[in-house]
Amino acid sequence: MSLKAFHLLFVAASVILAFGFGAWGIDAYASRGEGGSLVLGILSILFGSALVVYGIRVRTKLKGWGAA
Amino acid sequence: MEIPYTVEPRPDTGLYNAKLGIWLFLASEVMLFGALFSSYVLLRVGATTWPHGYEHLNIPLATVNTVVLITSSVTMVMSWASLAMKNIRRYRLYMGATIALACVFLVIKGFEYAAKFEHGLYPSASTFMAIYFTLTGLHGLHIVGGVIVNSYLLGPGSRMWKTDPARFTNRVEVAGLYWHFVDLVWIFLFPVLYLL
Repeated sequence: MSLKAFHLLFVAASVILAFGFGAWGIDAYASRGEGGSLVLGILSILFGSALVVYGIRVRTKLKGWGAA
Repeated sequence: MEIPYTVEPRPDTGLYNAKLGIWLFLASEVMLFGALFSSYVLLRVGATTWPHGYEHLNIPLATVNTVVLITSSVTMVMSWASLAMKNIRRYRLYMGATIALACVFLVIKGFEYAAKFEHGLYPSASTFMAIYFTLTGLHGLHIVGGVIVNSYLLGPGSRMWKTDPARFTNRVEVAGLYWHFVDLVWIFLFPVLYLL
């Protein structure tokens, strides 16, 4: 697996973490009333969305790089 | 005599030497961290009570550290891509940024550890703190290892760019694979230790 492929895998894992953390933050606010967790959760979802855009751009830009 | 397959891939494996070597090494690392994660699961399942990570650990600091590591993976790929595009100046910029971000991670981790020690939370305090310090400490040592390798590739190791640029690019790719693995471990550590 090339660095490019591993990077895309890493970005995918980071996106899952970002959205999962976002859900955790919203749940923490709903169940325990933690306003700070809600803010972190929303920021995390925004960060995850930015990572999705970044991942698509990298995939397009590095097409054909490092096949092995 | 020249060593074969340092640049071009070996026909039977489809990989050049260093890439085969790093994947074998990373396989052993998976076993190391896998064993520790298994220990965590067994300790947690077997315990009558287990604290929630967010009750004892600093979530905002860990969140910042997660963003720092994800960003460092981006700069690491950029440094490799810069070499592939024959731009050594941009490589230096991105590799320097990767090292700086790794140092930021370690400093934040240091603050986190210091706060725990101030409150008397040592590895001996509880099973949770023991596994927390073991997993994050081992991960921190891997970050230090990455900083050493990347600093070599930014400093004296970069002389190879003048004599054998293709091989040097491969070395940076291999270092990048290691760095991504270390970052991926954190992507698992963060939710397991801090959120659950």
